[in-house]
Amino acid sequence: MANAPDLMAESAVLAEAPDPMRPRLFRIAKFTHNTHDTFTVALEDLETGAGIGFRPGQFNMVYLYGVGEIPISISGDPQDRSVVIHTTRAVGTVTKAMRSMRKGDTLGLRGPYGVPWPVDRARGRDVVIVAGGIGLAPLRPVLYHCLAHRNEMNKLVLLYGTRSPVDILYREELESWRARFDLDVYVSVDRGMEGWHGNVGFVSTLIAKAPFDAGNTTAYLCGPEVMMRVCATELIKRGVPDHELFVSMERNMKCGIGFCGHCQLGPVFICKDGPVFPYPRMRNLLSPWEL
Amino acid sequence: MVTIQRNDLQTLFDALERRGYRIISPTVRDEAIILDTVHSADDLPKGRGEEQSAARYRLNRREDDALFGYAVGPHAWKQFLYPPVQTLLQARREGTSRSSGEPGFALLNPEGADEEPAMAFVGVRPCDLAAIRRLDAVFLQGPFQEPGYARRRSRALVVVAQCTAPSGTCFCASMNTGPSAPDGFDIALTEVLSTGPTVYLAESGSERGAEILRDVTCRPSTSEEISAAARAIESAAGRMGRHVDLDGLSETLRRSIEHVRWQQTAQRCLSCANCTMVCPTCFCSTVEDTTDLTATIAERRRRWDSCFTLDYSYIHGGSVRPSGMSRYRQWIMHKMSTWVDQYGTYGCTGCGRCITWCPVGIDITQEVAAVQHPSIESVTPPRENVHG
Repeated sequence: MANAPDLMAESAVLAEAPDPMRPRLFRIAKFTHNTHDTFTVALEDLETGAGIGFRPGQFNMVYLYGVGEIPISISGDPQDRSVVIHTTRAVGTVTKAMRSMRKGDTLGLRGPYGVPWPVDRARGRDVVIVAGGIGLAPLRPVLYHCLAHRNEMNKLVLLYGTRSPVDILYREELESWRARFDLDVYVSVDRGMEGWHGNVGFVSTLIAKAPFDAGNTTAYLCGPEVMMRVCATELIKRGVPDHELFVSMERNMKCGIGFCGHCQLGPVFICKDGPVFPYPRMRNLLSPWEL
Repeated sequence: MVTIQRNDLQTLFDALERRGYRIISPTVRDEAIILDTVHSADDLPKGRGEEQSAARYRLNRREDDALFGYAVGPHAWKQFLYPPVQTLLQARREGTSRSSGEPGFALLNPEGADEEPAMAFVGVRPCDLAAIRRLDAVFLQGPFQEPGYARRRSRALVVVAQCTAPSGTCFCASMNTGPSAPDGFDIALTEVLSTGPTVYLAESGSERGAEILRDVTCRPSTSEEISAAARAIESAAGRMGRHVDLDGLSETLRRSIEHVRWQQTAQRCLSCANCTMVCPTCFCSTVEDTTDLTATIAERRRRWDSCFTLDYSYIHGGSVRPSGMSRYRQWIMHKMSTWVDQYGTYGCTGCGRCITWCPVGIDITQEVAAVQHPSIESVTPPRENVHG
């Protein structure tokens, strides 16, 4: 604890700093239902009328009056500072309450927090984005970034897997991306249904089909832990170096800034050391039971 | 180094009160030594000692008039620096319906927290000073700093009582946090009982401490007193009731995530969270949101939490750690292994509280030893664990 006296000397100054647990208020500028259980809000700062600067992969703590506060990844375009965009699935107390909100309603925001996707790493390389379910939301800013800087990288591939055709998120946007000549989009569903003529199977089955130069690829993965583990294994098997794989993790968070302890996974705090990690750092933490 | 006569110790308390400090020290309440506001040296646990072993805590009477003749009780200093319940936010609803055009809320301004008097902690054991410095790392090291902790901590004065009375569950000597603290305090006292009438050897560790000591009735210490104090501390180091072998400990535990011992211990563990509540370094918290009956005022409160609850690790679909095994493992791994990765020190200071206050007497020193030395894995716990 050689640094303890320094911390103490600073703390008198810190005591005057603004409270990082106090949110700023935002108004819902646009509310969109995406699928039967997912929705998107576009938010404007009550004071400035604008959004916030953020980097792909970061998250905000979103506070609903009297209900609670949860971490939600930012899923908008990092170039667009006019609004903050969050897409989430209605699964918990806060997200279910949020789903019944409307344009004009107010909520609180703290952030942006967390380590972003290392998008600059993709310069001169192929980029493979692997998303499972709602995991597409925190990866969409990577796609926006790549499309805005399309000349800096070689191939750009999106592999997206979800449960069924009705669960496909950002469907119209996916279809328009798919129509582009500079982006390969592959979608697969776990269970097909009438009228579905696309791929059926786990998203990892797309890895073998997609065109990319494995040895010169950087990959960004987000989805359920089992999906990330299986896809990382497949990508490595195909020849992507393991240090070129990045995953985004999720845990319970009460503060988002390293005080509450809840998001610990072994030695890391998901909130401040992540949520994005190089895969080699997570590999041994993804396997043990209930770690 | 100066010497304060037993009867002059009150002048230290007077000097602190004159400066407006709220003095907090060990004091006896309901047959336990707790930490609370005091006004006089007479409020210290005079002539009281204690007996501590796994799941057992009893006060007793000493044959001398020692004021620091015990190790640590159930309270830790964290309750003053990071209170168990803190209001984070108050908000008021504005606009009652969407049709009114302004459905929203406004944040209310926080109440003036600077009204609180600065605190003087008197009688802080070195293990507990080490615990405070671990909390400093959690709340001040960044990237974010906790302003409430920073405010209370920067204003608090720390008077250490070097430890001359370890208990049966103590192992600060193993953890290199005691029995004496070399720095990090404003004033350090050492109680010397062996040179005649009880005296307190005092040294300052800061400008603030030196300034206060100038107001205290004292005289230069004799060499006899100084060597008696050193002997008392050395003797304390040899009377620790517990021991931990730090050699490669965090690394050994890191490699023992799947160890069978965690299953075995989970069969005894009640997941009651006592260990985390008494632990001087456990810092986890949760937040609860409430509204009044008309939902006009909403409040967010931060409350101490424990990694032993199911809610702690809840994400959509369920808890990440549903079993008692994984929750006990999380706690001990954090104290003895992953804390080192996070903050560069062990999360355990060897105070022994978790052993004493565990209702079934689970002993953290035995748990790590069982993983470090498989040959003693099946050894039955010491007789004292089977109390009653």
